[in-house]
Amino acid sequence: MTRRLVWHVFVVLVLVVLLYPVIWLVSTSFKPAQEVLSGLALLPKAPTGDNYAQVFAGVGGFSVWHYLGNSLLVSAGAVLGNVISCSLAAYAFARLHFRGRGPMFGFMMGTIMLPQHVVLIPQYIIFQKLGMVDTFWPLVLPKFLATDAFFVFLMVQFIRGLPRELDEAATLDGCGPVGTFRHVVLPLLRPALVTTAIFTFIWTWNDFFSQIIYLNDPSRFTLPLALQIFVDQSTQSAYGPMFAMSVLALVPIGLFFLAFQRLLVEGAATSGLKG
Amino acid sequence: MRRTQGAAYLFLSPWIIGATLLTVGPMLASLYLSLTDYDLFDPPKWLGLDNYRVMFTEDDRFWAAVGTTARYVLFSVPLKLVLALAVALLLNRPRRGSGLYRSAFYAPSLLGASVSLALVWRAMFASGGTVDRVLAAVGITTGGWVDQPQYALLALVALAAWQFGAPMVIFLAGLKQIPRELYEAAAIDGAGPLRRLVSVTLPMLSPVILFNLVLETIHAFQAFTGAFVVSSGRGGPSDSTLLYTLYLYQRGFTDFRMGYASAMAWVLLVVVAGVTLLLFRGARGLVFYAGEDR
Repeated sequence: MTRRLVWHVFVVLVLVVLLYPVIWLVSTSFKPAQEVLSGLALLPKAPTGDNYAQVFAGVGGFSVWHYLGNSLLVSAGAVLGNVISCSLAAYAFARLHFRGRGPMFGFMMGTIMLPQHVVLIPQYIIFQKLGMVDTFWPLVLPKFLATDAFFVFLMVQFIRGLPRELDEAATLDGCGPVGTFRHVVLPLLRPALVTTAIFTFIWTWNDFFSQIIYLNDPSRFTLPLALQIFVDQSTQSAYGPMFAMSVLALVPIGLFFLAFQRLLVEGAATSGLKG
Repeated sequence: MRRTQGAAYLFLSPWIIGATLLTVGPMLASLYLSLTDYDLFDPPKWLGLDNYRVMFTEDDRFWAAVGTTARYVLFSVPLKLVLALAVALLLNRPRRGSGLYRSAFYAPSLLGASVSLALVWRAMFASGGTVDRVLAAVGITTGGWVDQPQYALLALVALAAWQFGAPMVIFLAGLKQIPRELYEAAAIDGAGPLRRLVSVTLPMLSPVILFNLVLETIHAFQAFTGAFVVSSGRGGPSDSTLLYTLYLYQRGFTDFRMGYASAMAWVLLVVVAGVTLLLFRGARGLVFYAGEDR
C-alpha cells in the first residue's frame, strides 16, 4: 500500500517537473506586462486578460483570428488530402494485383525516411513557376498526391489485417475493385483514417519549416509564422501578448489530445508515429 | 485480372503523380542543381563539383553547422532514449492510472515541435529567465543559456529530450511483449532487479531500442524549428545553434544559393543514410531477436 502511494507521488512529481514549461506558459500569458519579466512566481499576482485582448485586437496588422483561420485552412486541407490519397494508394498496394507492385511498394517505403531537403529546392522552383508561392497550395497540394508515405504504409498494414473473405464476398456480389473499396474497405478503415487525420492535423498545425519557406506575405501567415515574426519584431515588453498567442496556438492540439488521447498514444506506440 | 490492373493504376494515380513529379523528378533535379550555381532567376551555371569542393574546403560555417549538428545528435538522442526507457520502466506496472500517466508523459511529444514551446524555451533559458535564476539560487551562474555560445545548444538538447514521450510509449509496448516467465525464471535463479534488467529486459527489448535509436537519430539530423526560433533564424550566438538544416535554409532561402543548398541536401541524405546503415551494422550481435539462438 505505502509502496504504491510512494510510486504515485513520485510519478506525479516527475510529471509536474516535466509539464512545468507548459504550466508556466499558460500562467505567464495571464500576467500583466511588468510581472512577465520580473516575477519568478508561477501564478500571476494580478491575473489579467489584457494579453489576450491585445492579440485579438491585432498583431502585425491582423487579428489572431486571421492567423488561426490560415492555420486551420492549411491543416484541414492537408488532412483531407492525406485521408483521400493515402487510402486510395494503400488499397491498391494492399489488395490489388498490378505490374510493378513490388518495386513501387519498395520505393514508397524508401521515401518514408527520405529527408525532405533533397526534394525541397526543386519543389520550390516548381511552385514558384506555377505562381503558387505565397498561397497555401504548396502546403496542401502534395498531400493530395500521397507524398506522406508513412500514412500509406500505416493504412496498408491496416488493410492487410482485414479478412480477405470480405473482399471475396463483395466480388461475388458483383462489386469491382471500386465498389469493394467503397462499401467494404473504406468503412472498416475508419480507425486508420482517424489516426491519419489527427496526426496530419497536428503535424501540419505545428509545421514551421515548409510554411516559412512558402509563405512570405503577412496576410498569408499561419500562427507559427505570425508568432515567430512577432517575437523578433517586438521588444521584451510584448512578451505577454506573445505568450497569449502561443497558448492559443496550442489549444487545438490540447483539444485533440483530450478527445483522442488513447488513440494518439496507441498510434504512437504501435507504429512509431512521432509527435 | 485485367480489370483490377486498370483499377489499381486508377487508385494509385495520385501517388504515381506525386512520386514522379514531387519525389523522383525533384531528387534528380536537385542532384543536377547541386552541380550548378543557381539563384532562381538566372539560368543555372554549370560548376561541376565546385559546390562540394567549396563546402568541404573553404566554407567555415558549413563545418560549424556540421559540428553543431553532430553535437546535437550525440547529446540529444542518447539523453532522450535514456529518459524514455527510465520512465517506461517506471510506468510499466499494472497500477491504477498508469494509462493516464502514459498519456501525460506523451503530451510533450505533441507540443514540443511547435513554435510556441520553442518560444517558451527561449524565454526560460534566457538571461534572467527561470532556468538562469534557479541555477543562480544554487550558486551556478551561466548568464542565460541561449545567449552563451557554450550553453545555447544545450537548451536545444533539453528541448529535444523533453519530448521523450514518443520513444517512451514505443518502449512500453515493447516491455509488454516480454514474457513474464522469463522474469519468474530469473527470480528463481536468484537474480535481483538490476540483474533482471541487464539479463532479461535489455536483451529482450534490444530490437525496440535499435528501432527507437534509428528513428530518433534520423529525426535529430533534421531538427530545425527550435534552433530557428531560439536564434531568430541566425543560428547564433557564434553559430552555436546553427543546425545543418538551418544553414541549408539560410543558403537556399536567404542567400538564394539554390545550387549550394541542393549540394548540402545531398550531403545530408548521404550522411543520414550512412549513419543509419552504421547503426544497423553496429547493432548486429548486440540485438537479440526472440526465437533466435544465441
